[in-house]
Amino acid sequence: MSGAKHTLWAVMRDKGYSRRDFMQFCTFAAAAAGLGPGASAAVAKAFEKKARPPVVWLHFQECTCCSESFIRASHPIVADVLLDAISLDYSETLQAAAGHQAEKCKADTLKAYAGKYILLVEGSVPTKENGVYCTIGGRTAEDLLKEAAAGAAAIVAWGNCASYGCVQAAKPNPTGATPIQKLVSKPVINVPGCPPIADVMVALVTHLLLFGRAPELDAQGRPKEFYSRRVHDTCYRRAYFDAGMFVESFDDDHARKGYCLYKMGCRGPVTYNACSVTKWNEGTSYPIQSGHGCLGCSENGFWDNGPFYRHLPSFPGFGIESTADSIGVALGAAAAVGVAAHAVSTNIRKRKLIHEQVAEDVKNTSKSEKVD
Amino acid sequence: MSSPYLYRRIYVWELPVRAFHWINALAITTLGLTGLLLGKPFSVGNAQEASFQYWVGTVRFIHFTAGYVFLFNMLVRTYWGFAGNKFARWSTFIPTTRAAFQEIVEVLKIDILQMRVKGSIHIGHNRLAGLIYFITTFIFFFQALTGFALYGPMSRTILGKLAAWVVPLMGGEMAVRQWHHTMLWFYVLFTLVHVYLVFYHDYVEGRGTTSSMVGGWKFEREDRLDP
Repeated sequence: MSGAKHTLWAVMRDKGYSRRDFMQFCTFAAAAAGLGPGASAAVAKAFEKKARPPVVWLHFQECTCCSESFIRASHPIVADVLLDAISLDYSETLQAAAGHQAEKCKADTLKAYAGKYILLVEGSVPTKENGVYCTIGGRTAEDLLKEAAAGAAAIVAWGNCASYGCVQAAKPNPTGATPIQKLVSKPVINVPGCPPIADVMVALVTHLLLFGRAPELDAQGRPKEFYSRRVHDTCYRRAYFDAGMFVESFDDDHARKGYCLYKMGCRGPVTYNACSVTKWNEGTSYPIQSGHGCLGCSENGFWDNGPFYRHLPSFPGFGIESTADSIGVALGAAAAVGVAAHAVSTNIRKRKLIHEQVAEDVKNTSKSEKVD
Repeated sequence: MSSPYLYRRIYVWELPVRAFHWINALAITTLGLTGLLLGKPFSVGNAQEASFQYWVGTVRFIHFTAGYVFLFNMLVRTYWGFAGNKFARWSTFIPTTRAAFQEIVEVLKIDILQMRVKGSIHIGHNRLAGLIYFITTFIFFFQALTGFALYGPMSRTILGKLAAWVVPLMGGEMAVRQWHHTMLWFYVLFTLVHVYLVFYHDYVEGRGTTSSMVGGWKFEREDRLDP
């Protein structure tokens, strides 16, 4: 791909999109970036003049569900345009080139656009056994990542794998799967989720293209725009939680009525994502709306957070079924029994002492009388 | 031993200490009960629609309010550990002298082996109790920290922002929640053992341990008074 100097508008025109399509796209981009209604003209101007930045999309230990999600954004034109427009110079899944050609293409981009290209990373990087668990073109994932990260203008970690390690990093983490932010010294934009919501991904890329810098991020490197609120706080079933109306079993009347899934292990209260706002598949639905609790797929270590259908995780080292509550009740009962036994023993033992004490009191009284 | 003893009245627990104790007891009981309810709420009422009732929301409100009371009460007590009388000071909580360690062994003998009270036990917190309260203080602040870390994102409170670093450190909110919940059981055990030992020590020492937290006075044999 050599058209990296072309502007977005030029590319779209070449692809056969009309001016109207382009303006629609600009309006969407402005809205996605959180700009006011008047901003679409400014966006259009930017896309007419700015050369599209080259993008390198690396795939490591992952299932490609992030890519699958990305190409299913609500507005096909956005995904289509972005995938073409962002001058995807290298992507193992989507590129046309293969073998040495593909590797050369990437090497050329990294060299020619040093400090300018956007690096998108999908998947975690294995670090055990010198990284042999994931090698591409004879080089380890860690090696490839560090090479590409060195000259990147921005680095995006797609999905839970790249952000936190996801299923590969679940205990015992045999490959030493490591999230991107722990391997590169530059700031990384984390877009967790398994996969992340397509529209969130598109909005982030749009933001990067439009402003040339990252949106506002939280302490964990996630765009605040999409990850600052809990699924629980934006959930349409939240009223049932506050009212104390819960599904107790997936086949009960409450499940049919759509009550809160908290007691079915829903991870909404500990999960930060935009699911209940943007929803999935062109705004069709999201897990809770479909009657199933949230799995917390955008949270760190969600595979290790115990059974998905129980709210309190298993307590490590006490068997699969033991929760903090069952252990707490057992300890509480043991303490109560111990206290009772101690009290009984104290009373048996103390009879003698009380006897002595009474004798002492009598003496005390008689003696004090004498003193007086 | 059956010689006559004269007892002296000693003002041990100053008002701020007593106030702290009972506010803390109330806050912990409230936090514990509402915490257990929030961890495992039950379906109540025969309302057909959510808008008819709000009891879990109210329980949450009580939990968060009690959390504020708990934290600020604890902070005042921390200050009083530097400003209060010698029985309230942090130095009585941390064993540093040889005598303090000997007393810890002595109290263990009384509590576990049920041996007779012989030597002089500190009229304030006995040294073992003091040490345990000192460790407990860390667990108190741990609960406050994890609690406000969980509460922070739902509120604009600066306390939430100050505690926000806990979440990534512990590896996500699920882990913070798990720890916050597990430590609830520490309070259950602590309360059981604490209340029992107060009664037990009142019984074997005969110095008015139980009522001292109401009036502030304790009683000590004159021959055992500190000079």
